[in-house]
Amino acid sequence: MKYAYYPGCSLEAALAKEYDLSVRAVSERLGIGMEELPDWNCCGASSGHSTSYLLNHAIVGRNLAIAEKQGLDIAAACPACYVRLKHTRRELKENAELREKVVESVGLPYEAKYDVRHILDVLVKDIGIETIKKKVTKPLTSLRLVSYYGCFLVRPPKVVAFDDPENPQSMDTLLAALGAEVLDWSGKVDCCGGSLALTKRDIVIRLVSELVEMARGVRAEALVAACPLCQMNIDGRQDFAADPLPVFYFTELMGLAMGERNARSWFKKHLVSPMKLLTSHGLL
Amino acid sequence: MSGEKLERCYQCSTCTLGCPVSPAMDYHPDQIIRMVQLGLKELVLNSSAIWLCLGCETCVARCPNEIDILRVMDTLREMSLQEKRKGKERIIPAFHRAFLYPIKVLGRQYELGLILYLKLKSGDLFGDLGLGLRMILKRKLPFIPTRIKGAKRVGEIFNKTKGISGREGD
Repeated sequence: MKYAYYPGCSLEAALAKEYDLSVRAVSERLGIGMEELPDWNCCGASSGHSTSYLLNHAIVGRNLAIAEKQGLDIAAACPACYVRLKHTRRELKENAELREKVVESVGLPYEAKYDVRHILDVLVKDIGIETIKKKVTKPLTSLRLVSYYGCFLVRPPKVVAFDDPENPQSMDTLLAALGAEVLDWSGKVDCCGGSLALTKRDIVIRLVSELVEMARGVRAEALVAACPLCQMNIDGRQDFAADPLPVFYFTELMGLAMGERNARSWFKKHLVSPMKLLTSHGLL
Repeated sequence: MSGEKLERCYQCSTCTLGCPVSPAMDYHPDQIIRMVQLGLKELVLNSSAIWLCLGCETCVARCPNEIDILRVMDTLREMSLQEKRKGKERIIPAFHRAFLYPIKVLGRQYELGLILYLKLKSGDLFGDLGLGLRMILKRKLPFIPTRIKGAKRVGEIFNKTKGISGREGD
Protein backbone atom coordinates (compact mmCIF):
# COMPACT_ATOMS: atom_id res chain seq x y z
CA MET A 1 0.00 0.00 0.00
CA LYS A 2 1.65 3.21 -1.18
CA TYR A 3 0.60 6.85 -1.28
CA ALA A 4 2.01 10.20 -2.34
CA TYR A 5 2.35 11.85 1.05
CA TYR A 6 1.40 15.52 1.12
CA PRO A 7 2.45 16.93 4.51
CA GLY A 8 1.62 20.59 3.80
CA CYS A 9 3.49 23.63 5.12
CA SER A 10 2.46 23.39 8.78
CA LEU A 11 3.82 19.85 9.07
CA GLU A 12 6.91 20.44 6.96
CA ALA A 13 7.91 23.57 8.83
CA ALA A 14 8.20 23.23 12.57
CA LEU A 15 4.66 24.35 13.43
CA ALA A 16 3.24 20.84 13.50
CA LYS A 17 6.39 18.72 13.28
CA GLU A 18 4.99 16.36 15.92
CA TYR A 19 2.08 15.60 13.59
CA ASP A 20 4.42 14.89 10.66
CA LEU A 21 6.71 12.67 12.75
CA SER A 22 3.82 10.73 14.25
CA VAL A 23 2.16 10.23 10.84
CA ARG A 24 5.41 8.84 9.46
CA ALA A 25 6.06 6.63 12.51
CA VAL A 26 2.54 5.17 12.58
CA SER A 27 2.49 4.60 8.81
CA GLU A 28 5.75 2.70 9.00
CA ARG A 29 4.46 0.47 11.79
CA LEU A 30 1.36 -0.33 9.77
CA GLY A 31 3.23 -0.94 6.51
CA ILE A 32 1.87 2.07 4.65
CA GLY A 33 4.38 3.45 2.15
CA MET A 34 4.43 7.23 2.35
CA GLU A 35 6.42 8.54 -0.58
CA GLU A 36 6.53 12.32 -0.17
CA LEU A 37 5.08 14.18 -3.15
CA PRO A 38 8.22 15.48 -4.93
CA ASP A 39 8.73 19.24 -4.77
CA TRP A 40 5.16 19.97 -3.66
CA ASN A 41 4.04 23.55 -3.20
CA CYS A 42 1.79 25.27 -0.65
CA CYS A 43 -1.93 24.83 -1.39
CA GLY A 44 -2.69 28.51 -0.70
CA ALA A 45 -5.20 27.50 2.01
CA SER A 46 -8.02 29.97 2.59
CA SER A 47 -6.06 32.84 1.03
CA GLY A 48 -5.93 31.10 -2.34
CA HIS A 49 -9.62 30.31 -2.77
CA SER A 50 -10.73 33.57 -1.12
CA THR A 51 -8.95 35.77 -3.61
CA SER A 52 -8.58 34.08 -7.00
CA TYR A 53 -10.52 31.18 -8.47
CA LEU A 54 -7.97 30.53 -11.20
CA LEU A 55 -4.83 30.96 -9.11
CA ASN A 56 -6.25 28.69 -6.42
CA HIS A 57 -6.96 25.84 -8.83
CA ALA A 58 -3.66 26.33 -10.66
CA ILE A 59 -1.37 26.13 -7.61
CA VAL A 60 -3.32 23.19 -6.18
CA GLY A 61 -3.43 21.66 -9.66
CA ARG A 62 0.38 21.59 -9.79
CA ASN A 63 0.42 19.22 -6.79
CA LEU A 64 -2.28 17.02 -8.30
CA ALA A 65 -0.40 16.82 -11.59
CA ILE A 66 2.83 15.82 -9.81
CA ALA A 67 0.99 13.00 -8.01
CA GLU A 68 -0.44 11.83 -11.33
CA LYS A 69 3.08 11.70 -12.76
CA GLN A 70 4.11 9.73 -9.66
CA GLY A 71 1.18 7.38 -10.31
CA LEU A 72 -0.16 7.45 -6.75
CA ASP A 73 -3.21 8.57 -4.79
CA ILE A 74 -2.36 11.47 -2.50
CA ALA A 75 -2.55 10.96 1.26
CA ALA A 76 -2.81 14.39 2.89
CA ALA A 77 -2.27 14.99 6.59
CA CYS A 78 -3.59 18.54 6.92
CA PRO A 79 -7.37 18.71 6.37
CA ALA A 80 -7.09 22.28 5.05
CA CYS A 81 -4.76 21.04 2.28
CA TYR A 82 -6.90 17.92 1.86
CA VAL A 83 -10.09 19.86 1.18
CA ARG A 84 -8.30 22.16 -1.29
CA LEU A 85 -6.90 19.17 -3.19
CA LYS A 86 -10.34 17.51 -3.19
CA HIS A 87 -12.09 20.67 -4.40
CA THR A 88 -9.62 21.26 -7.22
CA ARG A 89 -9.64 17.63 -8.34
CA ARG A 90 -13.42 17.72 -8.59
CA GLU A 91 -13.45 21.09 -10.34
CA LEU A 92 -10.80 20.05 -12.88
CA LYS A 93 -12.61 16.80 -13.56
CA GLU A 94 -15.90 18.53 -14.27
CA ASN A 95 -14.74 21.72 -15.94
CA ALA A 96 -12.71 21.06 -19.10
CA GLU A 97 -12.14 24.73 -19.82
CA LEU A 98 -10.61 25.31 -16.39
CA ARG A 99 -8.55 22.14 -16.70
CA GLU A 100 -7.07 23.37 -19.96
CA LYS A 101 -6.05 26.69 -18.39
CA VAL A 102 -4.55 24.97 -15.35
CA VAL A 103 -2.62 22.39 -17.40
CA GLU A 104 -1.23 25.19 -19.54
CA SER A 105 -0.05 27.30 -16.61
CA VAL A 106 1.31 24.33 -14.62
CA GLY A 107 3.06 22.80 -17.64
CA LEU A 108 2.09 19.23 -16.72
CA PRO A 109 -0.74 17.03 -18.02
CA TYR A 110 -3.63 16.22 -15.67
CA GLU A 111 -6.59 13.88 -16.12
CA ALA A 112 -7.79 13.42 -12.52
CA LYS A 113 -6.84 9.74 -12.62
CA TYR A 114 -5.77 9.48 -8.99
CA ASP A 115 -7.71 10.19 -5.83
CA VAL A 116 -6.97 12.37 -2.80
CA ARG A 117 -7.39 10.80 0.63
CA HIS A 118 -6.95 11.94 4.19
CA ILE A 119 -4.71 9.86 6.41
CA LEU A 120 -7.53 9.22 8.89
CA ASP A 121 -9.61 7.78 6.05
CA VAL A 122 -6.68 5.61 4.87
CA LEU A 123 -6.07 4.29 8.39
CA VAL A 124 -9.68 3.47 9.17
CA LYS A 125 -10.77 2.17 5.74
CA ASP A 126 -7.66 0.69 4.11
CA ILE A 127 -5.79 -0.58 7.15
CA GLY A 128 -8.83 -1.21 9.33
CA ILE A 129 -9.60 -0.94 13.02
CA GLU A 130 -8.88 -4.62 13.73
CA THR A 131 -5.34 -4.40 12.32
CA ILE A 132 -4.68 -1.24 14.31
CA LYS A 133 -6.04 -2.87 17.48
CA LYS A 134 -3.57 -5.73 17.12
CA LYS A 135 -0.66 -3.30 17.16
CA VAL A 136 -1.67 -1.72 20.48
CA THR A 137 0.82 -2.63 23.21
CA LYS A 138 0.06 0.17 25.66
CA PRO A 139 -3.71 0.77 25.71
CA LEU A 140 -4.86 4.28 26.64
CA THR A 141 -7.14 2.88 29.32
CA SER A 142 -9.28 5.42 31.20
CA LEU A 143 -7.96 8.42 29.22
CA ARG A 144 -11.07 10.53 28.65
CA LEU A 145 -11.01 12.05 25.17
CA VAL A 146 -13.22 13.93 22.73
CA SER A 147 -12.47 13.66 19.03
CA TYR A 148 -12.47 16.98 17.24
CA TYR A 149 -12.90 16.71 13.46
CA GLY A 150 -13.29 20.41 12.67
CA CYS A 151 -14.42 21.51 9.22
CA PHE A 152 -12.53 20.01 6.36
CA LEU A 153 -12.51 16.31 7.12
CA VAL A 154 -16.28 16.28 6.79
CA ARG A 155 -17.35 19.33 4.77
CA PRO A 156 -18.58 19.83 2.19
CA PRO A 157 -19.99 16.28 2.15
CA LYS A 158 -20.27 16.26 -1.66
CA VAL A 159 -16.55 16.84 -1.99
CA VAL A 160 -14.92 14.95 0.89
CA ALA A 161 -17.50 12.31 1.80
CA PHE A 162 -15.66 9.76 3.90
CA ASP A 163 -17.57 10.29 7.12
CA ASP A 164 -20.85 11.80 8.32
CA PRO A 165 -20.83 15.62 8.08
CA GLU A 166 -22.69 16.24 11.36
CA ASN A 167 -21.76 13.29 13.55
CA PRO A 168 -18.61 11.62 12.19
CA GLN A 169 -17.36 8.41 13.80
CA SER A 170 -14.02 7.41 12.25
CA MET A 171 -11.77 9.08 14.83
CA ASP A 172 -14.02 7.96 17.71
CA THR A 173 -13.77 4.35 16.55
CA LEU A 174 -10.03 4.64 16.11
CA LEU A 175 -9.43 6.14 19.57
CA ALA A 176 -11.68 3.54 21.17
CA ALA A 177 -9.56 0.84 19.48
CA LEU A 178 -6.53 2.34 21.25
CA GLY A 179 -8.31 1.69 24.54
CA ALA A 180 -9.32 5.27 25.34
CA GLU A 181 -12.65 6.32 26.79
CA VAL A 182 -14.15 8.33 23.91
CA LEU A 183 -16.87 10.75 24.95
CA ASP A 184 -19.79 11.99 22.92
CA TRP A 185 -19.95 15.79 22.66
CA SER A 186 -21.45 18.58 20.58
CA GLY A 187 -18.27 20.22 19.29
CA LYS A 188 -17.07 17.55 16.83
CA VAL A 189 -17.54 19.52 13.62
CA ASP A 190 -17.69 23.11 14.89
CA CYS A 191 -15.19 25.52 13.37
CA CYS A 192 -12.30 26.76 15.58
CA GLY A 193 -11.88 29.94 13.52
CA GLY A 194 -8.47 28.91 12.18
CA SER A 195 -8.50 31.04 9.03
CA LEU A 196 -8.90 34.22 11.11
CA ALA A 197 -6.30 33.15 13.71
CA LEU A 198 -3.88 35.93 12.79
CA THR A 199 -6.38 38.66 11.99
CA LYS A 200 -9.41 38.46 14.34
CA ARG A 201 -8.15 37.43 17.75
CA ASP A 202 -11.40 38.18 19.64
CA ILE A 203 -13.53 35.98 17.35
CA VAL A 204 -11.05 33.12 17.49
CA ILE A 205 -10.71 33.24 21.28
CA ARG A 206 -14.52 33.06 21.57
CA LEU A 207 -14.75 30.03 19.25
CA VAL A 208 -11.88 28.22 20.97
CA SER A 209 -13.25 28.81 24.45
CA GLU A 210 -16.68 27.55 23.39
CA LEU A 211 -15.08 24.33 22.13
CA VAL A 212 -13.02 23.86 25.27
CA GLU A 213 -16.04 24.49 27.49
CA MET A 214 -18.04 21.88 25.57
CA ALA A 215 -15.19 19.40 26.02
CA ARG A 216 -15.00 20.16 29.75
CA GLY A 217 -18.78 19.80 29.93
CA VAL A 218 -18.49 16.07 29.18
CA ARG A 219 -15.48 15.82 31.52
CA ALA A 220 -12.90 15.27 28.79
CA GLU A 221 -9.26 15.40 29.84
CA ALA A 222 -8.03 16.32 26.37
CA LEU A 223 -9.15 17.02 22.82
CA VAL A 224 -7.90 15.04 19.82
CA ALA A 225 -7.49 16.77 16.46
CA ALA A 226 -6.55 15.81 12.92
CA CYS A 227 -5.80 19.34 11.72
CA PRO A 228 -2.66 21.37 12.48
CA LEU A 229 -4.61 24.64 12.32
CA CYS A 230 -7.19 23.39 14.83
CA GLN A 231 -4.53 21.91 17.08
CA MET A 232 -2.37 25.05 17.10
CA ASN A 233 -5.36 27.29 17.51
CA ILE A 234 -6.83 25.45 20.49
CA ASP A 235 -3.41 24.67 21.95
CA GLY A 236 -2.35 28.33 21.78
CA ARG A 237 -5.58 30.24 22.36
CA GLN A 238 -6.67 28.89 25.74
CA ASP A 239 -6.10 30.77 28.95
CA PHE A 240 -2.76 29.35 30.07
CA ALA A 241 -3.48 30.34 33.67
CA ALA A 242 -6.80 28.44 33.87
CA ASP A 243 -5.80 24.77 33.68
CA PRO A 244 -5.99 24.45 29.88
CA LEU A 245 -6.82 21.14 28.14
CA PRO A 246 -4.09 19.48 26.05
CA VAL A 247 -4.81 18.90 22.35
CA PHE A 248 -3.34 15.79 20.75
CA TYR A 249 -2.98 14.76 17.13
CA PHE A 250 -4.71 11.40 16.70
CA THR A 251 -1.51 9.95 15.22
CA GLU A 252 0.46 10.90 18.35
CA LEU A 253 -1.92 8.82 20.46
CA MET A 254 -1.69 5.96 17.98
CA GLY A 255 2.11 6.07 18.27
CA LEU A 256 1.91 6.19 22.06
CA ALA A 257 -0.46 3.21 22.20
CA MET A 258 1.76 1.26 19.80
CA GLY A 259 4.76 1.80 22.07
CA GLU A 260 6.59 4.29 19.85
CA ARG A 261 9.64 5.42 21.81
CA ASN A 262 9.79 8.87 20.21
CA ALA A 263 6.30 9.78 21.40
CA ARG A 264 7.65 11.67 24.42
CA SER A 265 9.57 14.06 22.16
CA TRP A 266 6.42 14.83 20.16
CA PHE A 267 4.51 15.84 23.30
CA LYS A 268 7.27 18.26 24.25
CA LYS A 269 6.31 20.41 21.26
CA HIS A 270 2.85 21.18 22.66
CA LEU A 271 2.15 24.58 24.18
CA VAL A 272 -0.26 23.02 26.68
CA SER A 273 1.88 20.22 28.05
CA PRO A 274 0.15 16.83 28.15
CA MET A 275 2.97 15.30 30.25
CA LYS A 276 1.18 15.49 33.61
CA LEU A 277 -2.00 13.99 32.19
CA LEU A 278 -0.18 11.11 30.48
CA THR A 279 1.96 10.42 33.55
CA SER A 280 -1.11 10.34 35.79
CA HIS A 281 -2.53 7.58 33.58
CA GLY A 282 0.76 5.68 33.63
CA LEU A 283 1.29 6.25 29.91
CA LEU A 284 4.70 7.92 30.06
CA MET B 1 -20.50 35.19 -11.66
CA SER B 2 -20.24 32.29 -9.22
CA GLY B 3 -22.61 30.18 -11.37
CA GLU B 4 -24.72 29.46 -8.30
CA LYS B 5 -28.51 29.45 -8.61
CA LEU B 6 -29.24 32.14 -6.04
CA GLU B 7 -32.91 32.41 -7.00
CA ARG B 8 -33.39 29.09 -5.21
CA CYS B 9 -32.79 30.76 -1.83
CA TYR B 10 -36.05 31.15 0.12
CA GLN B 11 -34.47 32.82 3.15
CA CYS B 12 -34.73 29.95 5.63
CA SER B 13 -31.60 31.32 7.41
CA THR B 14 -30.10 27.88 7.99
CA CYS B 15 -26.77 29.29 6.75
CA THR B 16 -26.80 32.11 9.28
CA LEU B 17 -27.89 29.92 12.19
CA GLY B 18 -24.93 27.59 11.74
CA CYS B 19 -22.39 30.29 10.89
CA PRO B 20 -19.72 30.63 13.61
CA VAL B 21 -18.98 34.26 12.66
CA SER B 22 -22.46 35.60 11.83
CA PRO B 23 -22.66 37.49 15.18
CA ALA B 24 -19.64 39.55 14.11
CA MET B 25 -20.86 40.26 10.55
CA ASP B 26 -22.53 43.48 9.41
CA TYR B 27 -24.87 41.44 7.18
CA HIS B 28 -25.62 37.77 7.83
CA PRO B 29 -25.01 35.18 5.10
CA ASP B 30 -28.75 34.92 4.26
CA GLN B 31 -28.87 38.72 3.96
CA ILE B 32 -25.85 38.72 1.65
CA ILE B 33 -27.60 36.22 -0.65
CA ARG B 34 -30.77 38.35 -0.63
CA MET B 35 -28.75 41.51 -1.33
CA VAL B 36 -27.08 39.82 -4.30
CA GLN B 37 -30.55 38.79 -5.57
CA LEU B 38 -31.60 42.44 -5.31
CA GLY B 39 -28.42 43.69 -7.00
CA LEU B 40 -27.18 45.75 -4.03
CA LYS B 41 -23.61 45.54 -5.26
CA GLU B 42 -22.12 48.47 -3.36
CA LEU B 43 -23.33 47.28 0.03
CA VAL B 44 -22.28 43.69 -0.61
CA LEU B 45 -18.79 44.38 -1.95
CA ASN B 46 -18.02 46.84 0.85
CA SER B 47 -19.38 44.61 3.62
CA SER B 48 -17.33 43.09 6.42
CA ALA B 49 -19.30 39.84 6.03
CA ILE B 50 -17.58 38.73 2.84
CA TRP B 51 -14.19 38.94 4.55
CA LEU B 52 -15.20 37.49 7.90
CA CYS B 53 -16.53 34.31 6.26
CA LEU B 54 -14.16 31.61 7.54
CA GLY B 55 -14.75 29.19 4.69
CA CYS B 56 -15.80 26.47 7.15
CA GLU B 57 -18.56 25.32 4.76
CA THR B 58 -21.11 24.63 7.51
CA CYS B 59 -23.64 26.60 5.44
CA VAL B 60 -22.71 24.69 2.28
CA ALA B 61 -23.26 21.37 4.04
CA ARG B 62 -26.67 22.46 5.41
CA CYS B 63 -28.29 24.59 2.67
CA PRO B 64 -31.55 22.84 1.70
CA ASN B 65 -31.31 24.38 -1.77
CA GLU B 66 -27.74 23.27 -2.32
CA ILE B 67 -26.39 26.76 -2.85
CA ASP B 68 -22.61 26.81 -2.55
CA ILE B 69 -22.47 29.86 -0.30
CA LEU B 70 -18.70 29.71 0.05
CA ARG B 71 -18.39 29.86 -3.73
CA VAL B 72 -20.60 32.96 -3.66
CA MET B 73 -18.48 34.54 -0.90
CA ASP B 74 -15.25 33.73 -2.79
CA THR B 75 -16.64 35.30 -5.95
CA LEU B 76 -17.68 38.43 -4.03
CA ARG B 77 -14.25 38.69 -2.40
CA GLU B 78 -12.51 38.34 -5.74
CA MET B 79 -14.79 41.00 -7.27
CA SER B 80 -14.11 43.33 -4.36
CA LEU B 81 -10.35 42.94 -4.87
CA GLN B 82 -10.58 43.38 -8.63
CA GLU B 83 -12.45 46.63 -8.13
CA LYS B 84 -9.78 47.67 -5.59
CA ARG B 85 -12.39 48.41 -2.97
CA LYS B 86 -11.35 49.43 0.50
CA GLY B 87 -13.91 47.62 2.62
CA LYS B 88 -14.33 47.56 6.39
CA GLU B 89 -11.99 44.65 7.03
CA ARG B 90 -8.74 45.73 5.46
CA ILE B 91 -6.52 43.53 7.59
CA ILE B 92 -8.08 40.32 6.21
CA PRO B 93 -7.36 40.96 2.50
CA ALA B 94 -3.93 42.23 3.61
CA PHE B 95 -3.43 38.89 5.37
CA HIS B 96 -4.39 36.97 2.21
CA ARG B 97 -1.96 38.99 0.13
CA ALA B 98 0.79 38.43 2.69
CA PHE B 99 -0.02 34.71 2.85
CA LEU B 100 0.25 34.31 -0.93
CA TYR B 101 3.47 36.27 -1.37
CA PRO B 102 5.88 33.65 0.08
CA ILE B 103 4.17 30.99 -2.05
CA LYS B 104 4.85 33.08 -5.14
CA VAL B 105 8.58 33.39 -4.39
CA LEU B 106 9.34 30.23 -2.40
CA GLY B 107 6.57 27.80 -3.34
CA ARG B 108 5.97 27.36 0.40
CA GLN B 109 4.61 29.28 3.35
CA TYR B 110 6.97 31.25 5.62
CA GLU B 111 5.12 31.63 8.91
CA LEU B 112 7.52 33.81 10.86
CA GLY B 113 7.78 36.31 7.99
CA LEU B 114 4.00 36.32 7.63
CA ILE B 115 3.45 37.02 11.33
CA LEU B 116 6.04 39.81 11.48
CA TYR B 117 4.64 41.42 8.33
CA LEU B 118 1.10 41.40 9.78
CA LYS B 119 2.33 42.87 13.06
CA LEU B 120 3.84 45.81 11.20
CA LYS B 121 0.86 46.19 8.89
CA SER B 122 -1.74 46.19 11.67
CA GLY B 123 0.33 48.26 14.09
CA ASP B 124 -0.56 45.70 16.79
CA LEU B 125 3.05 44.97 17.71
CA PHE B 126 2.57 43.48 21.16
CA GLY B 127 -0.71 41.57 20.86
CA ASP B 128 -0.05 37.85 21.19
CA LEU B 129 3.54 38.53 22.14
CA GLY B 130 3.38 35.83 24.82
CA LEU B 131 1.99 33.30 22.36
CA GLY B 132 4.63 34.22 19.77
CA LEU B 133 7.45 33.79 22.28
CA ARG B 134 6.06 30.45 23.46
CA MET B 135 6.01 29.26 19.86
CA ILE B 136 9.57 30.40 19.24
CA LEU B 137 10.72 28.67 22.45
CA LYS B 138 9.03 25.45 21.29
CA ARG B 139 10.85 25.90 17.96
CA LYS B 140 7.59 26.12 16.08
CA LEU B 141 8.63 29.16 14.03
CA PRO B 142 11.84 28.47 12.11
CA PHE B 143 13.81 31.52 11.00
CA ILE B 144 14.96 30.14 7.66
CA PRO B 145 12.31 29.53 4.98
CA THR B 146 12.26 26.60 2.54
CA ARG B 147 12.33 27.22 -1.21
CA ILE B 148 11.18 24.46 -3.58
CA LYS B 149 12.92 23.61 -6.86
CA GLY B 150 9.85 24.52 -8.84
CA ALA B 151 9.51 27.95 -7.18
CA LYS B 152 10.11 29.71 -10.48
CA ARG B 153 7.28 27.78 -12.10
CA VAL B 154 4.97 28.57 -9.19
CA GLY B 155 5.85 32.25 -9.61
CA GLU B 156 4.95 31.95 -13.30
CA ILE B 157 1.62 30.37 -12.35
CA PHE B 158 0.93 33.45 -10.23
CA ASN B 159 1.75 35.76 -13.13
CA LYS B 160 -0.24 33.76 -15.67
CA THR B 161 -3.34 33.44 -13.53
CA LYS B 162 -3.13 37.04 -12.32
CA GLY B 163 -3.76 36.24 -8.70
CA ILE B 164 -3.80 39.27 -6.41
CA SER B 165 -0.07 39.02 -5.74
CA GLY B 166 0.61 38.62 -9.44
CA ARG B 167 -1.58 41.47 -10.54
CA GLU B 168 -0.21 43.97 -8.11
CA GLY B 169 3.35 43.02 -8.87
CA ASP B 170 4.21 42.61 -5.21
